[in-house]
Amino acid sequence: MNTPASSIGANSLRSGPDARGRFGAYGGRFVAETLMPLVLDVERAYREARADPVFQAELDAYLANYVGRPSPLWFARRLTERLGGAKIYLKRDELNHTGAHKINSCIGQILLARRMGKTRIIAETGAGQHGVATATVCALFGLPCTVYMGATDVERQKPNVFRMKLLGAEVRAVRSGAATLKDAMNEAMRDWVANVADTYYLIGTVAGPHPYPMMVRDFQSVIGEEAKLQMMQAEGRLPDVAVAAIGGGSNAMGLFHPFLDDAAVRLIGVEAAGHGLETHAHAASLSRGRPGVLHGNMTYLLQDEDGQIEEAHSISAGLDYPGVGPEHAWLHDIGRVEYVAITDDEALAAFQLLTRTEGIIPALEPAHALAQVAKLAPTLPRDAIILANLCGRGDKDIFAVAEHLGVSL
Amino acid sequence: MSRIEARFAALAAEGRGALIPFVEAFDPDRETSMALLAGMPAAGADLIEIGVPFTDPMADGPTIQAAGKRALAAGAKLGRILDMVREFRRADAATPIVLMGYLNPILAYGPPRFCADAAAAGVDGLIIVDLPSEEADLIATDAAHHGLDIIRLVAPTTDDARLPKVLAGSSGFIYYVSITGITGTRTASGAQLEAAVPRIRRVSALPIAVGFGVRSPEQAATASRVADGAVVASALIDTLAADLDAEGRARPGTVAKVLDQVRALASAVRAG
Repeated sequence: MNTPASSIGANSLRSGPDARGRFGAYGGRFVAETLMPLVLDVERAYREARADPVFQAELDAYLANYVGRPSPLWFARRLTERLGGAKIYLKRDELNHTGAHKINSCIGQILLARRMGKTRIIAETGAGQHGVATATVCALFGLPCTVYMGATDVERQKPNVFRMKLLGAEVRAVRSGAATLKDAMNEAMRDWVANVADTYYLIGTVAGPHPYPMMVRDFQSVIGEEAKLQMMQAEGRLPDVAVAAIGGGSNAMGLFHPFLDDAAVRLIGVEAAGHGLETHAHAASLSRGRPGVLHGNMTYLLQDEDGQIEEAHSISAGLDYPGVGPEHAWLHDIGRVEYVAITDDEALAAFQLLTRTEGIIPALEPAHALAQVAKLAPTLPRDAIILANLCGRGDKDIFAVAEHLGVSL
Repeated sequence: MSRIEARFAALAAEGRGALIPFVEAFDPDRETSMALLAGMPAAGADLIEIGVPFTDPMADGPTIQAAGKRALAAGAKLGRILDMVREFRRADAATPIVLMGYLNPILAYGPPRFCADAAAAGVDGLIIVDLPSEEADLIATDAAHHGLDIIRLVAPTTDDARLPKVLAGSSGFIYYVSITGITGTRTASGAQLEAAVPRIRRVSALPIAVGFGVRSPEQAATASRVADGAVVASALIDTLAADLDAEGRARPGTVAKVLDQVRALASAVRAG
């Protein structure tokens, strides 16, 4: 499904990263020397795998028969009528096995880990979706799995913690820092540096040292590739706008990347504005952060004037991260993708709107994208087309939503 | 000749290696860490590493993580840490000072301005944990322009094919991370060091200091004998942390306890 790199021209926006793992000034490999040889190994192994038709065929087979791809493209008729403007299509990645897009990259990465002869998998998780997807593929291949999760998130995402344990993973609660996703990632890196010989670090988003941002993007690009074909079948043309939520940015990168060279398609990434961009309680690294280095890559970060990293906030644990993938940082700077922000309250309203109009309970992450769609659709003509990525289902969020709606379960 | 070069040359003439104790700036407050810094040369420190706290110290174990947290709460900032070095230099013009930390606070300060200010304050070298040789050009020119050594790290995972790349253009000394792991956890054996150090010597003539997991006087003596210096960090911070009161404040005897430990390490290093 991936476009071979050789078919992408020099003027393409899809040719990155460069040999140093840079997208413009962003990306790179800012890791301790102990990890550097491992990161180079992953890059070498991934380049070989990407060029190997046997690897691609194996990946495609798992995506089709285990994940359930292609995911459908759904014309949201009642939502379209309610908003009274552009036609709204939803890419249904919440219908994947495990209920989110995370599994796309987990399948690809665990096949790579096996190819590299690694016998132990570690991962970080925020909301638990990536942890569940990682624990799932580890069960599938019989590999031991350790998932690092901030103690705060362990507390607010109990169903996913139990799910991971059922799947045989060990969940380690991380108490350092604010005990959320950023701290879980620190702890996973510390584990990796102490277990260099046998362990593969299965990163959940398009961040971290090169080649992770490129590799996770490639594995997630199946979303946009499918959506492109499906839009052509449904409407005979590409959408006018494509919208996706952004925490680290893997579902958005997966949707956007195949459209980057289609200049007529407007791309909108939606960050979490939390309590509001004017407060300090948000997760909008592109809208309110500035460039710096964290977790192995140069990118936009929420940080204070001394370069200390600030805590992010979002009602959605999956968007609660003070950084963003480096390719988004570059796309932001060159203006190819517009980045906007949606508050907790707006996301909650969109969560309910989709549930009532389409009978689909979205995760709080894509509820941010839907809130942007709800703002945008009424301003566009009825023959315009918006494509939104429904990257996860909302079952995991019903407790959090109930609490915000003042309902006790 | 730089202070680092001069100090290692003098120690080589004496026929012994260096003791390099570590102090986390502002842990648990400026006054205590300044007293430790100022007292270290007389206690036997040959070079000193000053830890620059960062919110996300990915290469550090629980001891230095906790030290960094206390230091940030006490108001540690790069500029204020350079003030400490300036104050130190009024009494000591010879002991080399190396700052150790992570890249982002330096990026926020601005590498050109930081290198100028650090050199002017009396800093001799920088150890930037998350800046591998592949990315070192981000600061190398500014550092060289101001006579600051960027101390390169070598790890057990750095193989012979990679070593020349890692050490190309290095200066000051080489920091050998003696274990695969985070600070203050495991310890390399004497035999492991005997195998690792000659591997580096074949590629570089710079002095080699061993860090990560060097805790006891015996371990420091071994590391400084096999290599050219031993860095001791977590063991000193453990002593400091154990002596803090319930509110996390230093007691009257805290500084003396840590300096006594430096003295014990120094006499073991001197005895070889």
